[in-house]
Amino acid sequence: MAWFKRKKKPLTGAVEAKKVQMPEGVWTKCKNCDEIIYTKEIERNLNVCPKCDYHFRISARARIDLVLDGGSFEEVDAGMQSVDFLGFKDSKKYKERIKAALAKAGGGDAIVCGTGAIEGLPVAVGVFDFSFMGGSMGSVVGEKITRIMEKGLELKCPVIIFSSSGGARMQESILSLMQMAKTSAVLAKLKAEGVPFISVLTDPTTGGVTASFAMLGDINMAEPKALIGFAGPRVIEQTIRQQLPDGFQRSEFLLEHGMVDMIVQRQEMKARLAQILRIFTKS
Amino acid sequence: MQHYLDFEKPIVDLQQKIRELRDYSTDNVDFSSEIKKLEKKATKLRDEIFSKLSRWQRTQLARHQDRPYTLDYIEHVFTDWFEVHGDRNFRDDPALVCGFARLDGEPCAVIGHQKGRDTKSKVYRNFGMPNPEGYRKALRVMKMAEQFGLPIFCFVDTPGAFPGIGAEERGQAEAIARNLREMAALTVPVIVTITGEGGSGGALAIAVGNRVLMLQYSVYAVISPEGCAAILWSDGARGPEAAEALKLTAADIDSLGCVIDEVVPEPVGGAHTDYVLAAANLKRSLKKHLGELQALSGEELVEQRYQKFRAMTRVQE
Ligand SMILES: [Zn+2]
Repeated sequence: MAWFKRKKKPLTGAVEAKKVQMPEGVWTKCKNCDEIIYTKEIERNLNVCPKCDYHFRISARARIDLVLDGGSFEEVDAGMQSVDFLGFKDSKKYKERIKAALAKAGGGDAIVCGTGAIEGLPVAVGVFDFSFMGGSMGSVVGEKITRIMEKGLELKCPVIIFSSSGGARMQESILSLMQMAKTSAVLAKLKAEGVPFISVLTDPTTGGVTASFAMLGDINMAEPKALIGFAGPRVIEQTIRQQLPDGFQRSEFLLEHGMVDMIVQRQEMKARLAQILRIFTKS
Repeated sequence: MQHYLDFEKPIVDLQQKIRELRDYSTDNVDFSSEIKKLEKKATKLRDEIFSKLSRWQRTQLARHQDRPYTLDYIEHVFTDWFEVHGDRNFRDDPALVCGFARLDGEPCAVIGHQKGRDTKSKVYRNFGMPNPEGYRKALRVMKMAEQFGLPIFCFVDTPGAFPGIGAEERGQAEAIARNLREMAALTVPVIVTITGEGGSGGALAIAVGNRVLMLQYSVYAVISPEGCAAILWSDGARGPEAAEALKLTAADIDSLGCVIDEVVPEPVGGAHTDYVLAAANLKRSLKKHLGELQALSGEELVEQRYQKFRAMTRVQE
């Protein structure tokens, strides 16, 4: 739900990621190391800072191009859209927010799902798009994840979800919460059937997404320095009334505390996924 | 009533007056007709106030200081209760109580959030906000119930899972997530009741049931009204507005038609005004649902629970 806050706070990740993709932005300032870098250089480096290794947020489409074999991706449920069934209204109606997000993104919602291949190995994948309402999980995201996992069950092929989300979508209140149960329940079936689930955590993955399917990978993989946690850093600071230590809730912190299996560079992501898939699907 | 909310005050005042008149009554002075009149007035006033509660007022009732907590319901609904402690890994979490008991002779497991009443016990119970250990203890007990073929009763009453450094270090998210997955696969009946505050993932982590009930004045939402207001308007004090937007009352959630199975009526004035009646209502519902679920096999229970949560979707295609 961080996308609300960003309206008032200094624009960080989203805008920089955009800058990275803007042709007229010749130079980009890295949010992590403050270096001014030639934008083309960052792009050539898969949107990773060549100076400090900071992994900029990327779109779902860019992620798909990066990880799946060229031309292998077949999208499913592309037309599924959110509904304002509660008549939720804050400064703006949810209905209006959906409309604006749809216009900006050209359709869809906060996740893109489909089937494809990684080095020739069939996979069912879901990729979050943080730029769509902060990657928040409402009915659409929960339903698409559940369906792609059911697809994995049906095809007996591994499921990979790339998360980037502020958590549950507040505007769908209780039904957003229930998506956590739904997406976790289907994983019990995958486990029983021996279908592998790989969860890739990218910046940021927090709240109800972390506290459901995203932490339940047979393998939990994280990109470097990604923010990953249950409660937001601000909420924790307000509760305990002290500053959080450096590196708190970053990928490296989660690795140290035993919550993720490995941290994988974006450049090595595809090869590493293929390596794991071959081990887990040896027949 | 030890504590009262603003909107309860007129009722409390009248009741105080009635008590005083009773005290003044002697063999020579008879206030019985006045008392009768005031009692009628008090009932009318209470009915009136409680017939048009706002969502925020219902939230306040759900959090009422005198509201019965899990251990109160255990005392009034079950017999033979014994508590078990610890997650066998790190520590015991007093914010979530677990144990075994009997419901009219029928052995069962009971799990629930627990809040404290005075300052000391509130701190001890961490205001009903569990750490990962609490959720892991709950899962341990649920698995034990499955092992012994016992139905599980869960009572939900938490502002949310505790947001702290230790909780993050020890995997709060993983603990909640694992419960969601494992509860989905339990082969025994799971009956969940939201008794007070159903706060976000911290509530859901013990709430994946074959049946989910809500007490009349309980609330259930993805985020607390204050948390929601802090995000929407950077102002936690606008909780009352956020409560309206979140549609978090038992009636709201019942109207969605796919999330809860029953709204359990509370005594007029709220469960805190009559523990015995509140518990009797709850017990009747629990027995009814248990009876229905006992007709299903383990496999059917898993499938029924899966399909129940699978259907919680509102999208446009
Ligand atoms: Zn950098």
